[in-house]
Amino acid sequence: MSILVNKDTKVICQGFTGSQATLHCSQAIEYGTSIIGGVTPGKGGESHLDLPVFNSTKEAQQELEIDATIIFVPAKFCKDSVQEAIDAEIPLIICITEGIPTLDMMKLKQNADSAGCRIIGPNCPGVITPDQCKLGIMPGYIHKPGKIGIVSRSGTLTYEAVDQTTQAGLGQSSCVGIGGDPIPGSSFIDILQLFEDDSETEGIVMVGEIGGTAEEEAAEFIQSNVSKPVVAYIAGVSAPPGKRMGHAGAIIAGGKGTAEDKFLALEKAGVHTTRSPAKIGEEISKLV
Amino acid sequence: MNIHEYQSKQIFKEYGLPVPNFLTANTTDEVLASAKEISDTNWVVKAQVHAGGRGKAGGVKVTDNLKEVEEFADKWINNNLVTYQTDDQGQPVSCILVEECTEIKKEFYLGAVIDRSTRSLAVMASPEGGMDIEKVAEDHPEKIFKVFLKSPSVGNEDHLPLAKGLELSEEQTKEFKDIFRNLVKLFFEKDLSLVEINPLVLNGSDNLVCLDGKINIDSNALFRQDEILELRDISQEEEKELRASEWDLNYVSLEGNIGCLVNGAGLAMATMDIIKLAGGEPANFLDVGGAVDEKRVAEAFKIILEDENVKAILVNIFGGIVRCDVVADGIISAVEGVGVDVPVVVRLKGNNSEIAKEMLGKTNLNIIAASELSEAAEKAAEIVK
Repeated sequence: MSILVNKDTKVICQGFTGSQATLHCSQAIEYGTSIIGGVTPGKGGESHLDLPVFNSTKEAQQELEIDATIIFVPAKFCKDSVQEAIDAEIPLIICITEGIPTLDMMKLKQNADSAGCRIIGPNCPGVITPDQCKLGIMPGYIHKPGKIGIVSRSGTLTYEAVDQTTQAGLGQSSCVGIGGDPIPGSSFIDILQLFEDDSETEGIVMVGEIGGTAEEEAAEFIQSNVSKPVVAYIAGVSAPPGKRMGHAGAIIAGGKGTAEDKFLALEKAGVHTTRSPAKIGEEISKLV
Repeated sequence: MNIHEYQSKQIFKEYGLPVPNFLTANTTDEVLASAKEISDTNWVVKAQVHAGGRGKAGGVKVTDNLKEVEEFADKWINNNLVTYQTDDQGQPVSCILVEECTEIKKEFYLGAVIDRSTRSLAVMASPEGGMDIEKVAEDHPEKIFKVFLKSPSVGNEDHLPLAKGLELSEEQTKEFKDIFRNLVKLFFEKDLSLVEINPLVLNGSDNLVCLDGKINIDSNALFRQDEILELRDISQEEEKELRASEWDLNYVSLEGNIGCLVNGAGLAMATMDIIKLAGGEPANFLDVGGAVDEKRVAEAFKIILEDENVKAILVNIFGGIVRCDVVADGIISAVEGVGVDVPVVVRLKGNNSEIAKEMLGKTNLNIIAASELSEAAEKAAEIVK
């Protein structure tokens, strides 16, 4: 078992012929991911990475059975691409693109919810189930099949947690980067529920950041809905208030959403926390 | 992106939100001429900077004496205004807003912001305007009234909970309805991330007027907001942060002495955190992002090294998109270009990290290799002790 994706997941890529998509799709195929085609408007009928290219997601859907799509389309055009995927009712839409306007995501999230589609991202590293399916920009080789579910708002910090759980000999059931934007397609809570329901996941690592209240909401959810051990780390204890730290999500506004607030909320909910990003693996090892 | 108060008020005007008559001026002569045009008797003059707390810092003056208007202009134009929201240097003043005086019967707060929890637009109002609204929210949350909107289409009664909270009369509620509707329209059309009117006042003739205006625009949407982009005032931005942004680097200067060069915002913050845990103090936040090339890494090094407090640099790269050998190339060329005279602790992990280590080992740089995050932080903290 695993969550969201596995070896049978049939995937298309939107923005398929672009350089980033080409790089990461090649790596995904090499990893064993079942990519079955792609979309680039104007290049329909061509072949790329030995796979068929379609002009639109709708065209692709008429020819193929699609479980998921991974989107690398530039931010300017990304709203339309995500909407196309929603219109085609692709159940899982993984959006890697960084820089989508927040109001576009507000609309897309509503549309995805009413169509019953799940969006992961945007501005995220993607989703991986080790040795089965890699849908994202993460380095595949640091992952090992195993029993820890990882959910994170950050990109490279996710790799850190992955690496540590691999070193600890635990491995990962699946890893999900939900992205650092103000309105993500999926929240911590959405992914925590999936890990709770997944028989293979024995422990969960949650990596949060300053800004917003997603971690506080997750803490409340964990208290009443998650029976598996959870270790949490929140980045940004040392960030001064009012300064924007790169991610749209990583800003402390008016003293709200500080790392300390989040640590306290999580601890109150019975979550094991670590103040050191280097001790995530060690902490979860003690619990599973 | 931030804009000035006068620019916000200009946009308010375009959207039919009531603002006092105002002019802007860049010299003392212009300020005086504007003042005479606006009124014969009394004026409000406000220094224009991208920071709050101007009133307490002397950057706002209400007067019926033209001489004081002149003194105000002389004092601030081409000088820096320091408020509790700026650094010690303050922000440069190049523009003064000259406004008619508004008689104030009541002060309210009105604002709108993206609410992450409900994934909607939260429009907020409070009868306790004109003062520290964050303190009101904390001490008297019952005095903050909120309406959540999922789209720009405003219903006929959406404004009512706020109007009621402000205890407006029937006539004022009608005015408020327009303000509410136009504010929401403005928010969606101009891709705002925040708009605040503090205070929204009831003037001498019982009409609502926006006495102040603060607008933040979603930086991700600037590609489709050409008119807004023209309002950018780079004199209000920190010089190094600005130059970093031109190279697509995310840089924020801090107080410590260990420079940081990291890929990814989350990992950059985690690196700062672990430096603190090891007893050190980070000198900056710097995220080189995903699409790293050699030139940008070199530029990142230059920016870090311009900070004279920096006594050591910690490079922490976990290769996902970014290849560690590219980072190594950048480090080498930066050192050759600018000359690094402080020790550099390097922790490269992920794609091609072995090749990178080998490349760095071949140079004569003052480089200390580390394999793990805690080890790297401890080594950097040890150096600056």
